Amino acid sequence: MASLIECPHCGARPKEEFTVRGNVERQRPAPDADPDTWFDYVYLRDNPMGRISEHWHHTAGCRRWLIVERDNTDHTVFNVTDAMEAKSKS
Amino acid sequence: MTSYRLKSGGLIDRDTPLHFTFDGKPMQGFQGDTVASALLAGGQRLMGRSFKYHRPRGPLTAGSAEPNALITVGQNGRTEPNCRATVVELYNGLVGRSQHNWPSLKFDVGEVNSLLSPFIGAGFYYKTFMWPAALWEKLYEPLIRRAAGLGRATFEADPDRYEKSWAHCDLLIIGAGPTGLAAAITAGRAGAQVIICDEQASLGGSLLSDTHEVGGVPAPVFAHDIASELSSMPNVRILTRTTVFGWYDDRMFGAVERVQKHVQEPDPNKPVERLWRIAAKEAILASGAEERPLVFGGNDRPGVMTTDALRTYANRYGVAAGKRVAIFANNSAAYRTAHDLEKLGVDVAAIIDSRSETASYNGKARVIPNARVTSTKGRLGLSGITVNYDGGEEHLSIDALGVSGGWNPVVNLACQRGAKPTWSDEHAAFLPPNAHNGLSAAGAAAGIASLAACLRDGAHQATDALKNININAKPFDAGAVEDDPDHATKPLWYVRESTEKSFVDFQNDVTASDLGLAVTEGYGNVEHTKRYTTTGMATDQGKLSNVNAIGILAEVRNVTPAEVGTTTYRPFYTPVSFGALAGAHKSEHFQPVRRSPLHEWAKKLGAEFVEVGHWYRSSWFPKKGETTWRQSVDREVLAVRNNVGVCDVSTLGKIEVTGPDAATFLDLLYCNGMAKLPVGKARYGLMLREDGFVYDDGTLSRLEENRYFLTTTTAHAAGVMSHMEFCHQTIWPNLDVRFASVSDQWAQIAVAGPKSRELLSSIVDDDISDSAVPFLAARTVTLLGGQLSARLFRISFSGELAYEIAIPASYGEAVADVLMERGEKLGVTPYGTEAMGVMRIEKGHVTHAEINGTVVPADLGMGRMVSNKKTDFIGRAMLNREGTQDPDRVKLVGLKPVDPADDFSVGAHILNKNDTPSTPADQGYVTSTCFSPIIGSRIGLALIKKGPERIGEQIVVWDALKEQYTKAVICDPVFVDPEGEKLHA
Ligand SMILES: [Zn+2]
Repeated sequence: MASLIECPHCGARPKEEFTVRGNVERQRPAPDADPDTWFDYVYLRDNPMGRISEHWHHTAGCRRWLIVERDNTDHTVFNVTDAMEAKSKS
Repeated sequence: MTSYRLKSGGLIDRDTPLHFTFDGKPMQGFQGDTVASALLAGGQRLMGRSFKYHRPRGPLTAGSAEPNALITVGQNGRTEPNCRATVVELYNGLVGRSQHNWPSLKFDVGEVNSLLSPFIGAGFYYKTFMWPAALWEKLYEPLIRRAAGLGRATFEADPDRYEKSWAHCDLLIIGAGPTGLAAAITAGRAGAQVIICDEQASLGGSLLSDTHEVGGVPAPVFAHDIASELSSMPNVRILTRTTVFGWYDDRMFGAVERVQKHVQEPDPNKPVERLWRIAAKEAILASGAEERPLVFGGNDRPGVMTTDALRTYANRYGVAAGKRVAIFANNSAAYRTAHDLEKLGVDVAAIIDSRSETASYNGKARVIPNARVTSTKGRLGLSGITVNYDGGEEHLSIDALGVSGGWNPVVNLACQRGAKPTWSDEHAAFLPPNAHNGLSAAGAAAGIASLAACLRDGAHQATDALKNININAKPFDAGAVEDDPDHATKPLWYVRESTEKSFVDFQNDVTASDLGLAVTEGYGNVEHTKRYTTTGMATDQGKLSNVNAIGILAEVRNVTPAEVGTTTYRPFYTPVSFGALAGAHKSEHFQPVRRSPLHEWAKKLGAEFVEVGHWYRSSWFPKKGETTWRQSVDREVLAVRNNVGVCDVSTLGKIEVTGPDAATFLDLLYCNGMAKLPVGKARYGLMLREDGFVYDDGTLSRLEENRYFLTTTTAHAAGVMSHMEFCHQTIWPNLDVRFASVSDQWAQIAVAGPKSRELLSSIVDDDISDSAVPFLAARTVTLLGGQLSARLFRISFSGELAYEIAIPASYGEAVADVLMERGEKLGVTPYGTEAMGVMRIEKGHVTHAEINGTVVPADLGMGRMVSNKKTDFIGRAMLNREGTQDPDRVKLVGLKPVDPADDFSVGAHILNKNDTPSTPADQGYVTSTCFSPIIGSRIGLALIKKGPERIGEQIVVWDALKEQYTKAVICDPVFVDPEGEKLHA
């Protein structure tokens, strides 16, 4: 059964339209970063509990990558923003 | 005959008799009956056999928590086992069958299990697993399966339709008893968008079996009036026969509506069941309370039922469950049933109250304080009870006994998201958790006992909920409400004096002594007890039994019920059919089907199709006289190699990339250099994953300065698109580039073979000579005298002189037809994916059989393609780590059997000559094989350790499944035209 995700472009849509990729905190290192940094990025995953930010792709909608901030213990969704806009701002 | 129809009364329509059968016996009921009420009216109390001991059972309730009266309803594909007779609405022609008995309901051989009961008590299954394992599969399991189990599912297809629907509302009200109706009318009059669901056919809940007056009219009339007003409101959606079975993320609820389960012949244009997903802003749980049975010896005899059931059968269905009745209760509310039954002329022998302070009663029945029923008798139904009280023991001849152990608020939905209910000594019950989160329990579900208070609570909770979403409402006032003043309860968890089996979980045959045994054996934790004894694990999920089990555990362990705690509540509240969950997703609608724009063209030519993901691809085109697929494929291969063939390659992923930064972006996406690709040229490209392994391959064509067209493999079309969007939007958002998937916009045809240029010249207006369109050219052309614009790519998967021509999808079939017509004299041959596969293996071209997630470009002999000039691309950082440089890595080579008559398969492993199979001896594996009509034997591609250094070496291909050893020789992966002369012709 679906909950609704408030896509900033499409409005409230069922979660089945989205694809979840993983935690946003995992940012691609600089191309010349040392190998350990790259190993961490490619292979190591934190498994945090509670409030997390994830990349969600609105695959069956606007095709935008979004940042969904939610609690992974009870699936409360706090915030949904466009990843590109967030990145441009930072 | 013990139970019978009363002369008058009830909400049934006595002018509409309905005929049905039970175990083949013709029976009669009335419109408004359930199967259980109609069977009772016909004197049939025995409705089933219990799970383990095969004890005779009748209905314990008149509602959805029923554990005993499970029957099979319907015939053929509509056969539905484990239906609760207490909720199945009667219709004309209904066919009901008892289940879980052999040879008959009255005489069940399984009853001997009762005699074996010392051996099949708590933990039986676990203990049985300890017996010799060898005997388990052959002996014990089939034996247990035959003896246990409930109804049998049919193997015939379900002829009916199911569907799924969404609904959105301001306020969802779950349950339409007094509380739910008061909430709904409050919200409805305030103009809120309301959905009210109830599992029954009409709104009213307990009001429908109540004799009190509400607002000056009898309770059922009050319910009817409110329901009429609600149904006149356009902002209120009434879902009857609808069970809200789950509370999911956020304020999302799952419900199932039984649209046509109560009719003999469902209308084929409507679903029989509808699965609802309801997104509510606020929700009220008005699910009421369920009466607890009492636990005493022989409490499962047909004729023993909750007082609420006795009262409902009498008041609502006009059925007396017995001629002489007694009530056994630990509370005052149960007295109401004695009162109602006496009023209807049923003889009530006694009210057996376990408390010393009984309630006041002004009827004829004798009230016995400090009393307990210790045992019952009667073979297939109740005929008498033994009552134990201060100063004596007495036998009463009765044929129905109402039992009441207090009331459990139906808290299930409120607890499905992890919150635990809390024990209240005052209510002697678990109350719903306080956490709100959008769902508020109201009325009896919140532990409120009196009717007037429930009506008030429903109205106020609705007002409060609407306030949260800024809707002002005025609480509904029902006016004067008749009520019972006394609702006192004193827990009685089980009757200690009983020596006979005292059932706690009726459906799974768990007794009070099983629970005691579980504690003795160290399984006293409520979650352990549940699994050890199976209490609460039947299809009723312990609706009636769980709290009694907790109370008994508390007494045995000498702690409070609060300390024992509850097990976990999960959806579904009541069983939901697979049909409803599957909805329309069955047979050909199970998943979407994708057909190429050339599908009809291929079909016309007799293609055999193969499913590739959602796609149907033409795999070969059998001709008259060809009896095996290999004959067709060999012919197609030779036709392409000698003349010309055409093949549908439309399923390849196609993405158009535009923008001033397109070149920069594509350089970051592919591992090979792409930025310098000239306009009008195509290039083969590899995309890596960030870990350095190859992700996908395809061609990239530069159509204009800032316009590219790329192809992906069929399998990764969607994945590559998402990958590109991820890279752009989250890694390089500052690049000015756009993508569009155009996979469905273009029909793409491969035209391959020495005569391909000649064939294409007949439809392409432009000069396509080798100098005008050299190998890897990509350009726009016009077709058929300027009628159509198309894209022409000189690329080759077969290794022949070849082109791919892309035409707007809707013209695909027409152009393919013209090609066939004009190519006839050239011997044009349609070929499918099988022949394409043979030719790519002959040419050493890789697919995902080789790009299997473990290879880097160098493993495929493409190491030199990787740009060493670029400072960044996806996969670059990890590509050159130590492991990928290991000289021992498996690398792509070709493979030929020493004896051309020999064979080997994909997945077979490579061994050095004279080695025996072992992990250390493993030299690699076969990735692709086919029969090559050009080579005249099986050939293969393989990933072999140091492969390219071992060309000419004889090895052994070992097939563990076939236990087959084949001598083979390692060779170059390009079997045909290694110099590429044909390609460049
Ligand atoms: Zn969207």
